[in-house]
Amino acid sequence: MTLHPELVELIRIVAYIVGLIIFIALNAAYLVWVERKVAGHIQRRIGPKEVGPWGLLQPIADGLKLMTKQLIIPYGVDVTLFKIAPILVMIPSVMCFVTIPFGENLVARNLDVGLLAIFAFASVNVLGLLFGAWGSRNKFAIISAARVVSQNVAYEIPMLVVVITIVMVSGSMNLHDIVTQQMGGFWHWNIFKFTASPLMPVAFIIFFVCMLAETNRAPFDMAESESELVAGAFTEYPGMGFGIFFMAEYANIVVGASLATILFLGGWDSPVGIFPGVIWFLLKMYALVFTVIWIRWTFPRTTFYSLLNLSWKILIPISFANLVLTSAMLKVF
Amino acid sequence: MSVHATSHIGETFVLNLGPQHPATHGVLRIKLTMDGEYIAQAEPVLGYSHRMHEKMAENRSWHQFLPNTARMDYLHALAFNLAYVCLVERMTGIEAPERAQYIRVITTELNRIASHLVWFGAFVLDLGGFSPLLYAFDDREYILDLLENVTGSRLTYCYFRFGGVYNDIDEDFVPGVKDFIKRMRSRIPMYHSLVTKNIILVKRLKEIGPIPAEMCRKYGATGPVARGAGINFDVRKHEPYSLYSAFDFDVPVYPEGDSMARYMVRMDEILESLRIIEQAVNRLPDGSVMADKVPKSIKPPKGDCYQAVETARGSFGIRAVSDGTSTPYRMKLRSPTYSNLSLFAEASQGMLLPDALALLGSLDLVIPEIDR
Repeated sequence: MTLHPELVELIRIVAYIVGLIIFIALNAAYLVWVERKVAGHIQRRIGPKEVGPWGLLQPIADGLKLMTKQLIIPYGVDVTLFKIAPILVMIPSVMCFVTIPFGENLVARNLDVGLLAIFAFASVNVLGLLFGAWGSRNKFAIISAARVVSQNVAYEIPMLVVVITIVMVSGSMNLHDIVTQQMGGFWHWNIFKFTASPLMPVAFIIFFVCMLAETNRAPFDMAESESELVAGAFTEYPGMGFGIFFMAEYANIVVGASLATILFLGGWDSPVGIFPGVIWFLLKMYALVFTVIWIRWTFPRTTFYSLLNLSWKILIPISFANLVLTSAMLKVF
Repeated sequence: MSVHATSHIGETFVLNLGPQHPATHGVLRIKLTMDGEYIAQAEPVLGYSHRMHEKMAENRSWHQFLPNTARMDYLHALAFNLAYVCLVERMTGIEAPERAQYIRVITTELNRIASHLVWFGAFVLDLGGFSPLLYAFDDREYILDLLENVTGSRLTYCYFRFGGVYNDIDEDFVPGVKDFIKRMRSRIPMYHSLVTKNIILVKRLKEIGPIPAEMCRKYGATGPVARGAGINFDVRKHEPYSLYSAFDFDVPVYPEGDSMARYMVRMDEILESLRIIEQAVNRLPDGSVMADKVPKSIKPPKGDCYQAVETARGSFGIRAVSDGTSTPYRMKLRSPTYSNLSLFAEASQGMLLPDALALLGSLDLVIPEIDR
């Protein structure tokens, strides 16, 4: 018996949708647990331990708490914007997962413009934060919104310039192709591709820093600088409204770490040849996610102007220099 | 690098920082007139936890006011105890035995270190670094345990008495203090390598929030704020009280006047306090901890008296007027943070909000002490 190809495709899509949503939800929930555990151990505490073994049920309890809380709409807010903002932040982060290849054949949609699609969706995130902050009619939130917008504008430039460099090296915007080109030993990974440009490790660091800024993570968490702006853009959000922002933050971190893995660390390519590719992909990705958490609990927050200075005066010139150097070297060799 | 507002489009808005805000460490409200993220004008609004300690003093006996002193500066309560006890002893002519004086110095300095540790953690927390707080509290816990064993309480101490201290120290205290000195000396370099040398922290503190010596004089700022502006003034050194003239210690002074200078002054003061404690512990004499024949009812002779001490936040002074009865006629408390905060309005003008909060944190505010 042969199944109709369109039916197979339908089953595949449904399976991916369910799978991705479970993946995102579990990630969001358990990265919070990991974050709290890591933070605890960095600070010589134990972290969550009461709910379930090693506190493993803590995220479930937290989620239940958030979900059962009353959704207060504060007086004087712009109700439409206030309600739409968390959705507008969450959906693009989910959409980003569509084109991410987790393994050789593990991708929901292998688009030729996969990279472009991810960046297109990722920039909607800012709009969501802006809407939420503006709609809240809270002065702290509005200050935060102004910061988020200029921060994202500033950091998307070096990030995209680095990505253009990678696209030039690979000659493709298809994430699957970008990984396939890095196969065959870790010295083929883009981060070590010194034949394309000796500045490749620097480009990786620029990408990583920009990713921290784009996902509003410490030390660049200007959106939610809790000691200055109370909770920034989320100040007025109760219960699950805040919960969704929170989930989206972790989803964005996973997207950012996945992109860094694909673009620089050879995606599912195994450096030693054992284990299936997807395990290597997750290993690399979670190593980056761990680094993000580690940074958060080690460094104090930068100020807004030094953040912009860093982008415009350091990251953008270096990334452009890398772009020029790469194009010259590609032409020569 | 400090950034100042250059373009004014004349549109400002009022931002209420507090009374409930994570950066004000209590019920302090600062009414900010903001030009974008720049502060056009700042106006601290005080009085949310005003308890009329000065008036209370007029309604109770000299003895009964003793616990009140610890309720002002909850982080360095023993220094406030000490100020009051020294004042009354001077007025009445009671002399505390030497052992009691030594114990007073040791416990007050331990308390000063605890206060600086809380400040250190809270200050870095203001700057967005969460982890140092827990490390600082870990060290502070040692001090609190030591003091709890001796004084019976962990925060609002009432340990000193007119003519001595309430209780003699136990046999575990001196070894415990010696252990703590050793531990703390090894921790300070760790704090410096983890926090002080962090490039982000340096960028947030160096040349940010300048408070020149002139401004300190204008507003009467004392303590680490003044010493961070190059004013070499420490009551312990310049108007010695209790036994401080008997110890060898330095007054850390940094002339830069920025937030970093105030930070470094406090970090160095921890080490200086350790030096004082070490000398005091090594020379601790035997004997009684309470003077003989302290009258049950204290009635200082007519007249007035002023006693200043150096607390963790600056010079704290009490001026008491006695009319010869068992209650004070008038008691005026001069608290250091009140003066230190009053310069915030001028110092924060034209600053960015995050820098102004770094400046506010570097003043080391304890709100109940401001409001009294």
